[in-house]
Amino acid sequence: MSIESQTATVTTPERTSRARRQQLSEGARAERRLGWMLCAPAVIVMVAVTAYPIAYAVYLSLERYNLELPSAVKFVGLDNYAAVLSSPYWWHALVVTLIITIVSVAIELVLGMLLALLMHRTIFGRNTVRTSALIPYGIVTVAAAYSWFFAWTPSTGYLSAIFGDSAPLSHTGQAIGVIILAEVWKTTPFMALLLLAGLSLVPEDLQRAAKVDGATAWQRFVRITIPLMKPAILVALLFRVLDAFRIFDNIYILTKGGNNTGSVSILGYDNLFNALNLGIGSAISILIFICVAIIAVIFIKGFGTAAPGTDPGRR
Amino acid sequence: MARVDNGKKIGWGAANTIAVLLTLIPVLWILSLSFKSPAAIADPGFWPKEWTWSNYSGILQTSQFIQPLLNSIGIGVIATIIAVLLASMAAYAVARLRFPGKQVLIGMALLIAMFPQISLVTPMFSIERALGLFNTWPGLIIPYIAFGLPLGIYILSAFFREIPWELEKAAKVDGATPFQAFTRVIAPLAAPGMVTTAILVFLFCWNEFLFAISFTSTIGARTAPAALAFFSGSSQFTSPTGPISAAAVVITIPIIIFVLFFQRRIVAGLTSGAVKG
Repeated sequence: MSIESQTATVTTPERTSRARRQQLSEGARAERRLGWMLCAPAVIVMVAVTAYPIAYAVYLSLERYNLELPSAVKFVGLDNYAAVLSSPYWWHALVVTLIITIVSVAIELVLGMLLALLMHRTIFGRNTVRTSALIPYGIVTVAAAYSWFFAWTPSTGYLSAIFGDSAPLSHTGQAIGVIILAEVWKTTPFMALLLLAGLSLVPEDLQRAAKVDGATAWQRFVRITIPLMKPAILVALLFRVLDAFRIFDNIYILTKGGNNTGSVSILGYDNLFNALNLGIGSAISILIFICVAIIAVIFIKGFGTAAPGTDPGRR
Repeated sequence: MARVDNGKKIGWGAANTIAVLLTLIPVLWILSLSFKSPAAIADPGFWPKEWTWSNYSGILQTSQFIQPLLNSIGIGVIATIIAVLLASMAAYAVARLRFPGKQVLIGMALLIAMFPQISLVTPMFSIERALGLFNTWPGLIIPYIAFGLPLGIYILSAFFREIPWELEKAAKVDGATPFQAFTRVIAPLAAPGMVTTAILVFLFCWNEFLFAISFTSTIGARTAPAALAFFSGSSQFTSPTGPISAAAVVITIPIIIFVLFFQRRIVAGLTSGAVKG
């Protein structure tokens, strides 16, 4: 009983004084142990699936390791990185990935904002719009990608027929356009939902006061709504940019990376399953990981995005 | 004044209609394709002139589709249950307990949420082959749990924080251990959050494609989206367009119904992490 009452006194953690924490009463120690115990399974799984393979990938990337020549495994230092970074395929894939990421996220931000405003402001039919917006989010990416693939297949697709039996998927630029279209269709609703949550935090009084003072709808949007929504916009952008950078499903179905439309993820996949080269594949893995880390750091440091969940003490 | 309102109404109505149509057209197109006969596939009209069920009867008779569908359901359900369980434990600790290393856990979860999956494919392929996990259910379930956990920890710790402290304290005053306070008091109150988490994690597993094609080699463990990409049609003489469309509809329609049924929870779950941060 004494242990339990002690636990009860120290488990008001937000208010615990520093002095009491340093003492580490038996109850506090029990709380620590429970905390670690409860987190341990989650941590073990996450480490086993991410940290360990990444460390292993660093090791593999320093070796010449082709699955077709298992006897020729040899430590080669940074040779694989030199091979990847001096290859035009890597730079081409990186440029394609960046183009797809920047263009599709920019379009999604504009369309997502329009959709969010529509869901926020519309007078009737709000639920219909919100419900139908969840369909692209819920649909399996591969299924949606096939819908676009068949739609642009000459003599099968309605879109191809509308545009004079065109075959955009066999031209690099047009194929990238179709990939962006598929990506935008699938993820705009997600962007809109995140922005809608931000919109609902903009106080109605402020809008009304500005209206009374004679501000136009556009002025209210630019001067009040956007600044107040900035945190929500940045978080939505961070999520989507990192997600778009990993683009794989849509490209795999639409072009398989043919006609120079492959992203860095497609390049990594091809290197493993077509070239069977674990060393080069791992070097590509690590380089992609570094790119993602750079993007995340730019967002978090540069724009001051509060990464979600980083400060659980704050309400 | 009434006229202005009417104009506004028409404007909003038009905008709403456009938004709804844009979201529906690709879905209706694949639905329409799935009802076209192989001959009609070559006709680019939006709707089939004659409707046929043959694509559906074709794919539902082949284990090339049925087995992956069962794999998808099994892998999704098992990964979801384990992920929600582990995430609830960790989220409870994050929301309620004071212990060193909490920030490390949150940082790690954030890192994984943003992790480029392709970076794991090469090393995991090698590891899974060495451990005999390649082309098995656990070979997909384990990575799915790991990628479901960050989402689960965010949503659930947000839910746990909303639960009144006093109840837990009262339970402890009444002689409950911290563990009992968790299972008897907090867990039932957190059930709605757990349902939301389960839905989003299941959707992730159902949707996942890269791991599904990388860590499997036969229909023994391949999930439905991965099987679609390897579809060759019910016989080698028919074009796979119709069967692929029918299979895409089969894996999509239940999810659409599911999403529409739980839409409030999904919206709440998707936005909880982003806004509260």
